[in-house]
Amino acid sequence: MKHASPSLWTALVGSLARRPGLARLLVIVALFVVWEIAARWFVDPLFLSPPSKVIASLGALFTTRGIPAALGLTLYELAVAFVIAVAIGLALGLAIGLQPFVRASVFPIVLLLYGMPQVTILPLFILSFGIGAASKIAFGVTHGVFPVVMTVVAGVQNLKPILMTSARSMGASRWQMFRHVIFPHMVPSFFAGMRLGMSGVLLGVLLAELYVSIAGIGYFTTLFTQNFEPAKLLGLVGTLAAMAIFLNALVRRAETRFGRWRTG
Amino acid sequence: MAPRTRDAWLSRLVQVAFLAGVILLWYVATTRWGVNRLLLPNPVAVFGDLVEILRTGAYVDDLMTTLGELAAAFSIAVAGGLTTGYLISRSAYLTKVFEPLFAGIYAIPIILFLPLFVLFFGLGPASKIAIGATISFFPITLSTIAGFSGVDRLYVTAARSMGASDAHLFRFVLLPAALPVILTGLRMGFTVALLSIIGSETLASLGGLGHRIVTLAESMEMAPMFAYIVFVIAIASVLNAIVSTLEARGRWDR
Repeated sequence: MKHASPSLWTALVGSLARRPGLARLLVIVALFVVWEIAARWFVDPLFLSPPSKVIASLGALFTTRGIPAALGLTLYELAVAFVIAVAIGLALGLAIGLQPFVRASVFPIVLLLYGMPQVTILPLFILSFGIGAASKIAFGVTHGVFPVVMTVVAGVQNLKPILMTSARSMGASRWQMFRHVIFPHMVPSFFAGMRLGMSGVLLGVLLAELYVSIAGIGYFTTLFTQNFEPAKLLGLVGTLAAMAIFLNALVRRAETRFGRWRTG
Repeated sequence: MAPRTRDAWLSRLVQVAFLAGVILLWYVATTRWGVNRLLLPNPVAVFGDLVEILRTGAYVDDLMTTLGELAAAFSIAVAGGLTTGYLISRSAYLTKVFEPLFAGIYAIPIILFLPLFVLFFGLGPASKIAIGATISFFPITLSTIAGFSGVDRLYVTAARSMGASDAHLFRFVLLPAALPVILTGLRMGFTVALLSIIGSETLASLGGLGHRIVTLAESMEMAPMFAYIVFVIAIASVLNAIVSTLEARGRWDR
């Protein structure tokens, strides 16, 4: 590299060119600066708060009565829905995927159901399960279960028949075949399914929360919108987005961790 | 797609039997087992209402609202996503900077920001168009980046060495090579735009099919509500089928 006039500028450009991650960080910072300027001088403060104010109001937000409980409730709904969706998805996926005839018959039905816009039946979930946590969990489960089923079926399908045949010819029992052949081969796609299932559960639970809620975060987003408190609204939505990113990252970590044996 | 073997016929039979079984179960549940009419209306009544809605044309206004929002949102997302994706994909450095950023945002359930969109754009169609365009922008941009940066360097070098101009290179090498991936992104973008528009109509709106379903649910008019649900699912299936067919048509690689 040429340093004819080693100024700060050339050093900066040089290090940015070598590190795209740093440039990405700068882009994010620039977006926040634009937001800050826009919110401070150009947009009605009833509708948008600058990020500095949002961050400053985070403390007040978390001490608002009911907010910690609402976040806890949403997290609880997400966790329960995720566990149920993965359990049902795994069982259904194995039941459908392991038998070619069942797969040919039932899988198109699953695909058909997966393709339907589930949000149209959201009011039915509220009518059947009430406006409490149960309806959110149920709606999260129906959103999360399909991706898990799809990936488990795909994972079982990709199993090479020769592995099954050789295990059987060496006298493996059904359980041994599952434990030593099917299960290890399914693990990578199962974790990929868990990641997609997590996105589905997040979508389902948050949709149901936003639709109607008496104690969850949906209640507070409505409240802050109606009272024109954009700082608190942005803080709450930002916290939830951070939560979503964290949960996604967690499942992604698990996916790379347990899918490693194949590539390693 | 005629099923050829005996097993395939049996599979079809199972599928038809499943569908018939669900409808039969639904009928028996409402007529014999006394399931509350407010939870599950009689399928015959639902069918009657569906015919009535289709005959009187009561759906036209809501359908036009939803389709108009969808058209506007998808156009914005396509224009923005293709342009952004192409410009970023032209530079390996920009791809490294922006691709993880967009992928990260794509992982967030953007429907969370609906209250903000409603705050900025009001309860009318504008907020639906804005959120639909935002949600559908990301898969389109990401697949455009993936499509253009996945083009084999060898093709580009070969075309260049044969004296292709920039325009020729784009028209005959880059675009055909990237098209299959981009088309998949467009289909995904269309699907999520449709879902998020119906979803945001359900959550907070003044009109549209999602709004109609919620209004009927709130006034406990279950049979017409089910009829509208069936109608919306049918519309969504038709739209998705059209888009999938277009995607398959545009692909040359399979």
